[in-house]
Amino acid sequence: MQKLLAYIEGIGAIGPGINNWKEGQAVLCGDVEYHPQKTVYPAVSALPPTERRRTGKVVKLALSVGLEAVADAGQTANDLPAIFASSGGDTYNCHAIFETLASDDRSISPTRFHNSVANAPAGYWGIATGSMAPSTVVCDFDASFGAGLLESLAQVAVDNRRCVYISYDIDYPEPLNSARTISDGFGVGFVLAPQQSASSLYALELTLTQEKASSCTSQILEALRLGSPAARVLPMLQVVAGNETARVVLDYLDTSRISLTLTPCR
Amino acid sequence: MTPLLLSHYTATSAVGCGLEKTLAALHNGTSGLALCDFDTVDIETFVGAVAGVEEEAIRHDLRDYHCRNNQLAQLGLRQDNFSAAVEAAIARLGRDRIGVFLGTSTSGILQAELAYRHRDSTGQLPADFIYATTQNCSSVSDFVRHYFSITGPAMVISTACSSSAKVFGSAYRMIESGMIDAAIVGGVDSLCLTTLYGFNSLGLVSAEPCRPFDVDRSGISIGEAAAFLLLERAPAEPASDDIMLLGFGESSDAYHMSSPHPEGLGASKAMEMALASACLAAADIDYINLHGTATPSNDAAEGAATRRVFGSSVPASSTKGITGHTLGAAGGLEAVIAALAIAHNFMPGGVSEMQLDPAIEIDYLTRNREQPLTRVASNSFGFGGTNCSLVLGRA
Repeated sequence: MQKLLAYIEGIGAIGPGINNWKEGQAVLCGDVEYHPQKTVYPAVSALPPTERRRTGKVVKLALSVGLEAVADAGQTANDLPAIFASSGGDTYNCHAIFETLASDDRSISPTRFHNSVANAPAGYWGIATGSMAPSTVVCDFDASFGAGLLESLAQVAVDNRRCVYISYDIDYPEPLNSARTISDGFGVGFVLAPQQSASSLYALELTLTQEKASSCTSQILEALRLGSPAARVLPMLQVVAGNETARVVLDYLDTSRISLTLTPCR
Repeated sequence: MTPLLLSHYTATSAVGCGLEKTLAALHNGTSGLALCDFDTVDIETFVGAVAGVEEEAIRHDLRDYHCRNNQLAQLGLRQDNFSAAVEAAIARLGRDRIGVFLGTSTSGILQAELAYRHRDSTGQLPADFIYATTQNCSSVSDFVRHYFSITGPAMVISTACSSSAKVFGSAYRMIESGMIDAAIVGGVDSLCLTTLYGFNSLGLVSAEPCRPFDVDRSGISIGEAAAFLLLERAPAEPASDDIMLLGFGESSDAYHMSSPHPEGLGASKAMEMALASACLAAADIDYINLHGTATPSNDAAEGAATRRVFGSSVPASSTKGITGHTLGAAGGLEAVIAALAIAHNFMPGGVSEMQLDPAIEIDYLTRNREQPLTRVASNSFGFGGTNCSLVLGRA
């Protein structure tokens, strides 16, 4: 069976009641009891003030977890290709545009429009980091995390180069929330490398499988996993948080799932 | 990169359904642009609308996917025996060994725009609005995957106007890594209010049919298209008329959300990387299909970038005066146009009388040039500073 291999060198995470990977790690390995609270979206100080003012939750979330992962890996962002994966992008901006278009005055603001493209976080990432390296944006509804991981591992393997992988999704306001419910903002970032090095945290081996996706070990984390496409990563993060060696199956398409064998490097 | 075979391809745009009509429009310089009468849009502009999209009945088993974008996708899939070529590849390789990688910027967003007009008294959307299979960006890759019952990896890339160029890179990596043996790539983007009113808010929509690289160019004409290509590993001994993906290059501007870098630094980087990936020099390229949107800033920046990489002697043109700017479908559509140019020995020129911008020093074609050509570069750039160049050609 065909495999893709990579090494995790850095991690970033933000979610309900989780403000960074360190906090996430403590919750996921059971050191700290999990008390979910509304996701907090930090301002991105790396962006110039004019750009910072124009950014909503989704850009703050994506850039924050990405920058945390890059810092955790001891890398600089400006030569890392960046892969972004999200089901819905900037849902609040999307809602505001639909409301305007359904009204008598259809004048959309230019900022609303440029923030509406799915690659807005990738564009702001380039401005914040100065990176002219390639970036891509993957969308695959509930399979978005898996699709982005597959794309990232294929880039690492074929281009033989490190990358940063960022997956994120935020809730929808009504009325779209009733048509597509995402519980709250969740984002995760990884720096992935093709070879093992002193900075390797975990070895990843990916194959496709027909098996059912692994669940989280507690009901509250399982609700989080199912509540956001980006949080489909949780079974993998639970293994990493506990520094275990394990195989987990992550959610992907209706016809296949992603099997990951995870081995700690230290 | 290891070249990949374009084993089959098709395109549907404002100039018609399928390759024959596309080729005829390119040969004759016929434009598919017409004064906009789409939906209730009250902007004075020209659009490249595809005739017959609204009449296209989505296959019954896939009816939940009903929206303009998937109607356009299905109309496109029915041309040029593309579906038969995919079925043959499935029979040869297996359903799980084929991937689907499609570019779109707005996918089925029109369905949500219409649903918002029909909110009930409590503000709720109509009950027949199905988010997952229409509005969500990935509805088009999901639709195509289910249309063929393919079980390999599938996804949408949504990087604005470079989307369906970048899918070639994703498909290549997935094939090269051995995860799959073939891929359906391309792009589908359809008319909607978000892009028409959005580009209009930025002052980027022209009131007349777009005139790329003209001294008086005044903005884009938005179009819609579905382009599909089947990519496979190249045979050990390719046939003389086989056309391949030879290289691709990607970069970011890191400059501005809605304006290109004025000197096209990101753009030239993508072109250089595409040449390097194809192991070719600038002089090996016979024709460049430019992004050429006809906004003052794009054409100036792309012209500067193209001159820096290719000098001023490689013939180049934009075909957006013929098809309109099909946004997330442009990379796929123009890859098909590049393949047609190679297969039929001609370089498509401009569509109407034009006055070239003297400040842009490249060899811009204002007329078709009949000439054998073996390698073509195709540029696609997008909002947020996302750049992708492809090189297609004979082996």
